[in-house]
Amino acid sequence: MAQSKHEKIESNVFLLIVLTLLTVSVGGLLEIVPLFFQHSTTTPIDNKGNQLQVKPYDAVRLVGRDIYIREGCYNCHSQMIRPFRAETERYGHYSVAGEYIYDHPFQWGSKRTGPDLARVGGRYSDEWHRVHLLNPRDVVPESNMPAFPWLNRPAKADDIQDRMRALNKVGLHKYSEEEIAAAPAAVAGKTELDAVVAYLQGMGLALQNVK
Amino acid sequence: MADFISGFWNVYVMAIVALSILFCVFVLVSNMTKRESGPAQLHGHVWDETLAEYNNPLPRWWMYLFWITIAFAIVYLIIYPGFGTTNQERGARAQYEAEMKAANEKYGPIFAKYKDMDLAAVAADPEAKAMGQRMFLTYCAQCHGSAAQGAKGFPNLTDDEWQWGGEAATIKTTILQGRMGVMPPFGPALGGEGVKDVANYVRSLSGLAHDSLRAQRGADLFQANCVACHGADGKGNVAMGAPNLTNKAWLYGSSEATIIETVTNGRNNQMPKFGEFLGEDKVHLLAAYVVGLNKK
Repeated sequence: MAQSKHEKIESNVFLLIVLTLLTVSVGGLLEIVPLFFQHSTTTPIDNKGNQLQVKPYDAVRLVGRDIYIREGCYNCHSQMIRPFRAETERYGHYSVAGEYIYDHPFQWGSKRTGPDLARVGGRYSDEWHRVHLLNPRDVVPESNMPAFPWLNRPAKADDIQDRMRALNKVGLHKYSEEEIAAAPAAVAGKTELDAVVAYLQGMGLALQNVK
Repeated sequence: MADFISGFWNVYVMAIVALSILFCVFVLVSNMTKRESGPAQLHGHVWDETLAEYNNPLPRWWMYLFWITIAFAIVYLIIYPGFGTTNQERGARAQYEAEMKAANEKYGPIFAKYKDMDLAAVAADPEAKAMGQRMFLTYCAQCHGSAAQGAKGFPNLTDDEWQWGGEAATIKTTILQGRMGVMPPFGPALGGEGVKDVANYVRSLSGLAHDSLRAQRGADLFQANCVACHGADGKGNVAMGAPNLTNKAWLYGSSEATIIETVTNGRNNQMPKFGEFLGEDKVHLLAAYVVGLNKK
């Protein structure tokens, strides 16, 4: 009896792997790859084509962002306002792709135990953030956010220049040599708290007060 | 969102979509085998010495389900449409804009009703108060507390003490434009002992326990350093947000240690501006709610 097509594939592991990979790659080729070649996902513009004021994180914010990741803030806070009225009334204009071009990796998150932070910049005072990060209950008695009292220590950033160079390689960042040279001095003397607050206060300003 | 950097990507997407559908059709057609007459054929593969499998065609009803998915895909592509163009009427942005438009039609008149009313009149309106409270809990409670009781460094809005002025219009301005409260540090200028003297004088202003000798010395230092903002009598100045030091309201606390900390290092806090984010209509209701909190 002649070998059926079915049996040919089933009994040839290499052929099976190749055909499986081809099949599962179709979705990615269609839905992921084209995104790398769109203006709205690779340049700082909003969804109407207007230029946005989005800049790569400066050295202090970059340190703050790394602390944000280290402390796992993304586990409870998203950074993505969806285009629903219930969200835009509370947080402001919905997020657009162009705002994230300097986020490596993205901090979109997938769960909101706490509120979305995509536009938290300027919404509270620096002092509020300091009190709130050290012990959230001091300002919001109902809060179930953990306290981060250890943030009040000098920020460790001896590798900040390497991080900036790495972002120049993997991302769209174009930190100049002068910016990289000035980075250690900018971070010197800052506490981790200062860095996180600087990061938070810079978040989502591009479309902060747009309706 | 179809703003590709070159037209190639439109062709790329369309080609893969078309080829995928055609390939599915080909797989289906090549598997629409009919059952041959005679005894059923075995598949040819034997497991565990005796187990074999009949090589029967797939059930017809099962195959029709796949044909339906292909028909669905084609209809979907036409309606959406997915072939290299974006249907703006069915996109997420259009849905959002429709949602906002419907909400504005529904709630706009309610806000419009209060917009032109005097703040005191809005404050007395129970419906406006309920709306104001909901917004207060969303936008203001994080700093001022859910009962507007405030916290250390964040003013209590239910007492009758106002750092920037308590008139209805001033409160509205504060919410619209925000406030920047800065107390400069006096530690270097006064020195440790000088700060302690001033702190004792400040405590004496509101009748708190103090060292009268230190307070006496502190009075001179106060006149030399503090009166520009807090006034000669310590009653403060709402124009620059300098608190009244003679009353019972203390933003950061009234203990000697806290006052020493305040004078030594200064204070720096901010009321964020909400005018652009919330818009005048909502701020009007919020201001009225805050005004209403002080109704004795």
